[in-house]
Amino acid sequence: MIKPKAIVFSGYGLNCEEETKYAFELAGSQADIVHINDLIAGYYNIDNYQILAIPGGFAYGDDTGSGNAYALKMKNHLWEKILNFIKKDVLIIGICNGFQVLVNLGLLPALNKAYGKREVALDHNSLPRYNVRWVDLEMKNNSPWLRGIKNISLPIAHGEGKFTTSVKTLKKLKERKLICAQFVKGDIYQYQHLPANPNGAMENIAGITDETKRILGIMPHPERAIFFHQQPNFPYLKERYLRGSQSIPRFGPGLKIFQNSVNYFNSL
Amino acid sequence: MIHRIEVVDKKNVKKIFVYTIDKNLNSKQLKKIAEALTNPIIQFFSINKAWSPKKFAYAIEVGFLPGVTDNIASTTKEIIEDLLKIKFSQNEGVYTSQIIFFQKKISQGLINPLIQRAHFKSRHQFNKDKGMDKITPKVSLKIRPKTDLVNLNVPDEELIKIGKWGIKNSDGSRRGPLALDLIYMKTIQKYFQKLRRNPTDIELESIAQTWSEHCKHTIFNDPIDDIKDGLFKTYIKRATEKIIKEKKEKFCFSVFHDNSGAIEFDKDYLITHKIETHNSPSALDPYGGAITGIVGVNRDTIGFGLGAKPVVNCYGFCLASPKIKTNLYRDSSLTQKMLSPKRIMEGVIAGVNSGGNCSGIPTPQGFLYFDDKYQGKPLVFVGTVGLIPKKIGTRSSYLKKAQPGDFIVMVGGRVGLDGIHGATFSSEALDSGSPATAVQIGDPITQKKFSDAIVKEARDMNLYHSITDNGAGGLSCSVAEMARESGGCEIYLEKVPLKYPGLAPWQIWVSESQERMTLAVPKNNWKKFSSLMNQRGVEATIIGKFNDSGKCLVKYHQQTVVDIDMKFLHDGLPTRPMKTKKIQTEQRKTPQEKNLSDLNICGFEFISQQYDHEIQGSSVIKPLQGRGRVNGETTVIKPVLNSNKGIVLSQGLYPDLTEVDPYYIAGCSIDTAIRNVVAAGGTIEKIALLDNFCWCSSNEPERLYQLKEAAKACYDYAVAYDTPYISGKDSMFNDFKGYDEKGNPVKISVPPTLLISSIGIIDDILKTVSIDVKFPGDLVYLLGGTDNNWQEINPLKNKKNYQLFHQLVENGLIASSISVTRGGLAVALEKMAISGMLGVEVDLKNLDLFLEVQGRILLTINPRNKNKLEEIIKNSSYLLIGKVTDKDKIIIKKNRETIVNLSLERALKSYQSTFNNY
Repeated sequence: MIKPKAIVFSGYGLNCEEETKYAFELAGSQADIVHINDLIAGYYNIDNYQILAIPGGFAYGDDTGSGNAYALKMKNHLWEKILNFIKKDVLIIGICNGFQVLVNLGLLPALNKAYGKREVALDHNSLPRYNVRWVDLEMKNNSPWLRGIKNISLPIAHGEGKFTTSVKTLKKLKERKLICAQFVKGDIYQYQHLPANPNGAMENIAGITDETKRILGIMPHPERAIFFHQQPNFPYLKERYLRGSQSIPRFGPGLKIFQNSVNYFNSL
Repeated sequence: MIHRIEVVDKKNVKKIFVYTIDKNLNSKQLKKIAEALTNPIIQFFSINKAWSPKKFAYAIEVGFLPGVTDNIASTTKEIIEDLLKIKFSQNEGVYTSQIIFFQKKISQGLINPLIQRAHFKSRHQFNKDKGMDKITPKVSLKIRPKTDLVNLNVPDEELIKIGKWGIKNSDGSRRGPLALDLIYMKTIQKYFQKLRRNPTDIELESIAQTWSEHCKHTIFNDPIDDIKDGLFKTYIKRATEKIIKEKKEKFCFSVFHDNSGAIEFDKDYLITHKIETHNSPSALDPYGGAITGIVGVNRDTIGFGLGAKPVVNCYGFCLASPKIKTNLYRDSSLTQKMLSPKRIMEGVIAGVNSGGNCSGIPTPQGFLYFDDKYQGKPLVFVGTVGLIPKKIGTRSSYLKKAQPGDFIVMVGGRVGLDGIHGATFSSEALDSGSPATAVQIGDPITQKKFSDAIVKEARDMNLYHSITDNGAGGLSCSVAEMARESGGCEIYLEKVPLKYPGLAPWQIWVSESQERMTLAVPKNNWKKFSSLMNQRGVEATIIGKFNDSGKCLVKYHQQTVVDIDMKFLHDGLPTRPMKTKKIQTEQRKTPQEKNLSDLNICGFEFISQQYDHEIQGSSVIKPLQGRGRVNGETTVIKPVLNSNKGIVLSQGLYPDLTEVDPYYIAGCSIDTAIRNVVAAGGTIEKIALLDNFCWCSSNEPERLYQLKEAAKACYDYAVAYDTPYISGKDSMFNDFKGYDEKGNPVKISVPPTLLISSIGIIDDILKTVSIDVKFPGDLVYLLGGTDNNWQEINPLKNKKNYQLFHQLVENGLIASSISVTRGGLAVALEKMAISGMLGVEVDLKNLDLFLEVQGRILLTINPRNKNKLEEIIKNSSYLLIGKVTDKDKIIIKKNRETIVNLSLERALKSYQSTFNNY
């Protein structure tokens, strides 16, 4: 089995790099946390990696719009390298703040491969406040990241996640099947009865891919759902398993996304 | 040339964001900047041309006052420099503001005048002027940056004035409180008489910081009645020492002397904990006070040992009811209005939100407590738990020592006028003389950058000998404190990076500008250290050298401005013996019935949902539990990704009854803090405590009596339960002296408040228990407190029950459990039921529904486990009181008579209703 190598970005207030790295490793990948300045300085080379992850966080404190300042930093210093990187058969994921970076950078949705053009926004939540809770998602796209996943529950934590775009762009996203994750009523809704759509996103959109389906951006955090006990209803589920004489599972739903990325390089 | 770029939200054109850039830029450059600052999907921009909506009558522009931290402006400056490859000079800058357009003229309440400025224009004026005025809130200091001598050969009356109001400026005004009373002033006078000279202003300020109540905790350390060693040594420290001595295994690794306390987590790691308060600043600017509080206590973690990684934040807000409408004023002419309780509440909540979330630290654990006596001064508790490997290379991580010859290095933010006199200010009551410069706004990202660079990199590369944070007293305290390790220091103040020019030496020395650490870096490591910091976008500067001269020597451009013996600075303060006076305690009143909608019972989901508790992937028992999303009093986290060990966090406090019986109340707080951990699955064998005393008027013998009684109980109960204190903090003057709406003088003191926080270590997080009932048919038991004795606590009996309860947990017998606290059995049962959204039907026999009896845990089990359970607890006091049902009813009976008959739906609605609109 090949162990693909994942590079997980850090610096300037990104803050989910450790658990994201751990999720990749648990899934069978090798992973390095690399500070953006070390990449700019040339201490690391992205061409040595097959997977690139921009994790969640608060880069630059969300000043001038979430993800904007970090995207500008990448554009000013790493743009050519990144354009070269995405031409190859690689996988890219942006989670939460990482998703915000990818849309500001114009790597998503990059319609007609117009990389660098901002076409969608992740705006302030309808209730303009940071919101932390679990949501249910329906996955609708054949991205390698999402293989075998139809319904999944994951946590969100963001103040700016309201997916917003023009009618024209939305139409294209639909036609080209780039909408990959939508908020729906599922298991967590049945448990906690919070509104399915936590932020007012257009068409309940929680994540999209580019046209190659290899670049994924999602607001929810799969790396915070890699263990069974991370689920909000785990005490109840645990008791149910015990009474049914079933063993208690170790892993949670989010791990599959990371495993998919590892399997992608093994199934080629 | 001043340029203005306005960014307008397409969907909300009534509120626009303005970047004012004070720098020569051409139109091409400006366009590039504007494009970088605007998201074209949802915004558009206007450069140097005032934009306004079609309909409006008034425009108001709100920005910061000069010198107030403007984080967005700093980021924007960085963006512009990186984008255009240009540099800003010290005279150039970026400032942000917002313009809001209104139909009606609004009068007040929009801004906080201590930190913000507002400019109004009518539509007519706006159009005539072609927009708002171009304002750059630059700091311009008129004072000369020099050092003055302070004549101490003056009558006692003048000494008193200097101590209370500060050093006199040449224009007769005073520089702000030193909080040095006459005994202290006389001691200082004598010291300098012996040196045959007067002190410089910076020397006097320096001593004032180091000797402040805030830093030296004299009320806890000085003799009181016949207790020669003071309350801290006699009751708090001695309890810990006794417990450490008697514990078989080593559990405590660092107590009291470092920035946090530390206990063992497992064979590889230690866990640190510290709870701070930030009350006075939060009264003036709740947002700034709370954010600097939480980000400040994070530094107590980063500054523990060689640097621990913050892994959990805690919060607690003691507030007046947000419904209060009466106003308070700081001055008799009624011009300085205090913020309303609602505004304070919203501000402190938002401050911790911003500080915790931006720093990437989960903030699951917290409480709200309401009493209208907190109207003058809210209590804002903030805490941080840290994780640190026991060994860094071959060194023990919890030990540190600056060596002679090490560079004194300041890391992080720059120094400005913000937070001058914070330490001395918080050692006094809040009144009209309270300095506005005590207000600060946090910059969590600057801190996050150095936190990562230090704790995740420099520490493990072994690049420094010692580290501490810059909190109260700024450099004057942090450097002097570390200089004790080496035996002296020499500082070159002109090397300290400043936010703007013009600061006097004493201001640089005592400024509490946020987000800074002080480190001792050996000369050989400097190059490596400095290039690492540079590479992480962190400013690090050598500002002096540690030595073993026995002196604290400060120079400013070669001139010596401080030359004091280390010994005098740290140990020169005289003791001030105190006397207490017993007060007749009122008869304790039987507690009233409490509803789920009561402010001190109800849910505060709106806070739990805005504080990230999932970050770091560590959450186990979350702040909201079960289907009904009920706020538990305890949370559990798993701080190491590849280990199943966990940390259990909770607290106990009962300020409502301190006036009546401080000894009993301290016992209740301790019992509750411990019981809450146990009920979630923790073991009493591995619990440590933290004490936070927030008292009032601590110069009054009656208040000191209450303090002494509470401290005594702290000893007795901690020893009885075998739970050591590892860290603590006190804040002794939580009083407000001001005026009511009619101009009558009022003094509002907080109820003496003792917060006991608990931290437990558990082996397997999968064995933790949540409060939600889980299956119909499950049996409901009460363990402990099976009588109505609410006047006393029996720690020995309770401890036994807690141990038995843990056996039940270890055997996996418990489906749900809750510690019975505020509101008694009725509230606890109701919370369990709505959390699981299943009915319960119980008969409490002779037990009172509402009495708050300590030592009680309610639990439910699978009926199949009945015999196993009863076998384990057969020798303890317990009652089988009923069962979980699949009906929509909470039915509580007393000797077969139904007292409570409540539908789940109604109970849940009541629980959630109080803060519905927040």
